[in-house]
Amino acid sequence: MPSPSKPLSPRRRRFLQDTARMAGGCVAAGSLLAYLARDARALQAEALRPPGALPEENFLSACVRCGLCVRACPYDTLKLAELGMAAAATGTPYFTARETPCEMCDDIPCVAACPTGALDKGLTNIDDARMGIAVLVDQENCLNFLGLRCDVCYRVCPVIDEAISLELSHNARSGHHAIFAPTVHADRCTGCGVCEKACVLPEAAIKVLPARLARSSAAEHYRKGWEEKEAKGAPVVEGIIDLPDRLPGPGTDNLAAPGGFEPAFKLPGAGQ
Amino acid sequence: MSARTHDPVGREAIEVKGWFGAHRYLLLRRFSQVFFLVLFLLGPWLGLWIVQGTLAASLTLGILPLTDPFILLQGVVGGHRAELSALIGGLIVLVSYSLIGGRVYCAWVCPINPVTDAANWLHRRLDLPKGWQPMRSTRLWVLATVLIVSALTGTIAWEVINPITMLHRGLVFGMGFVWMMVAAIFLFDLIVSRHGWCGHVCPVGAFYGLVGHKSLLRVSAANRAACNNCMDCYAVCPENQVISPALTGKPGSTPLILSPDCTNCGRCIDVCAVDVFAFTHRFNDHINEPADPIPAQNPQAT
Ligand code: SF4
Ligand code: SF4
Ligand code: SF4
Ligand code: SF4
Repeated sequence: MPSPSKPLSPRRRRFLQDTARMAGGCVAAGSLLAYLARDARALQAEALRPPGALPEENFLSACVRCGLCVRACPYDTLKLAELGMAAAATGTPYFTARETPCEMCDDIPCVAACPTGALDKGLTNIDDARMGIAVLVDQENCLNFLGLRCDVCYRVCPVIDEAISLELSHNARSGHHAIFAPTVHADRCTGCGVCEKACVLPEAAIKVLPARLARSSAAEHYRKGWEEKEAKGAPVVEGIIDLPDRLPGPGTDNLAAPGGFEPAFKLPGAGQ
Repeated sequence: MSARTHDPVGREAIEVKGWFGAHRYLLLRRFSQVFFLVLFLLGPWLGLWIVQGTLAASLTLGILPLTDPFILLQGVVGGHRAELSALIGGLIVLVSYSLIGGRVYCAWVCPINPVTDAANWLHRRLDLPKGWQPMRSTRLWVLATVLIVSALTGTIAWEVINPITMLHRGLVFGMGFVWMMVAAIFLFDLIVSRHGWCGHVCPVGAFYGLVGHKSLLRVSAANRAACNNCMDCYAVCPENQVISPALTGKPGSTPLILSPDCTNCGRCIDVCAVDVFAFTHRFNDHINEPADPIPAQNPQAT
């Protein structure tokens, strides 16, 4: 240990000063860089990543921004984000559904071209891609919701009847027509954006959003009673007292009453 | 005002070797820089896909993968295990530069080099003051900082601002606001700090310097006995601290420029009227004896 009374030699003193100054500068510059690097993670909602892209927080350490995926795409769907002009971290690949959607190539050339695995080679079936989720964001302008039969988004969907279906309901406005509501099923929608591109409105009523915006999540402890009951094959809570219900169905005036209906379920022991 | 005490840099060499002789490596270098750029541009411009991608990662003729090892390294410390293709590409680049000199990348390939060279040319033309000259080790500190930030943020941190890949990507894919970045570097080198960017700041250059620590291809001042102290080599060398140990070393010291900072640009070879410098390999530390007018002294001559 150097004795505290002995002064540092000028060279040593200078070295320590330089080192301290450099370290200070690096902490300042590094903080700024860290801020910029983290800021770059804020992927805007309209920028969709190519099929198989790792989650955004992993993507930015994986993608070297070479553009090989862009070159591989036969439909010129993908673009590299230009500095200061695009919705994604500079140089990273993205596409805008309303401009050019992903055509869901069977051989997924973009994934095959990626040298780093930023686009995961584990994606072998394009139907498993999850680039985003289509959401019918504006029911008030969607022509089908107005009672017309536009159906365009439904018809163009490459995963028609699985990712999107038309769900019938009563058209209360006219009183005697149906509404064919385009309904997206998130577990099958790839987020290709073909529906958003095809929507006939000047501004699409159906839009592909990143999952973080498109989806909610149910609380861990929620259980659907009817599913539990079916799984168990018996009521979940035992010994529950079954009070007499006023049930719709035969023997009541329910069917005769306006709006009366036959229930879709059968309670055990009811209606005999 | 600084008084001009000698001829314009390189005048003597031009007189002795002719203009082309005195600009040989400079011309070769510009040719190489244009060549590598055009290789990437043939695809997007003419549909001739010899090379796809950018300097960050590319695929040549559909089989040869090349990856920038520094970007790869940031990805690794950022937490991503790259796939084989990128790793092979990175290894090829790493081995190549460790043989021919890491900073050969700087002098012969990097698209920012013509920008900083131009800034330096104008700087000398206008006879501007040196400006801010931080320690040479600054870029190593920047390099370390970049790696730490990559690790902490889980990103490839330098790619957020790397002007090299931005300019290259800009030319190959679309510029955006990249021109501003390039202009900023030009002005930084012109006004704030001579040789500021490439000589002091750029962590990519620092990284390649480390890669080329033991490179085979080196410049040697083998003919240093002929040096007439015109100082032109110091004036043209972007890293002129590397010259002294080789040129003015004690008798018996190696004439090789062994510093990894040397970019192997060969400009010192061009600009020397008496041909002190030459490219050679790192094991050739032969020194030419002072020129002797009497050839009969050579014992091999019979
Ligand atoms: S799947 Fe096909 S259309 Fe979609 S991004 Fe990849 S290459 Fe382009
Ligand atoms: S090919 Fe992979 S690494 Fe290259 S830009 Fe596309 S996603 Fe990024
Ligand atoms: S984004 Fe639209 S077209 Fe594509 S799969 Fe989903 S619903 Fe179908
Ligand atoms: S120091 Fe950096 S910017 Fe300069 S030539 Fe080398 S790699 Fe390019």
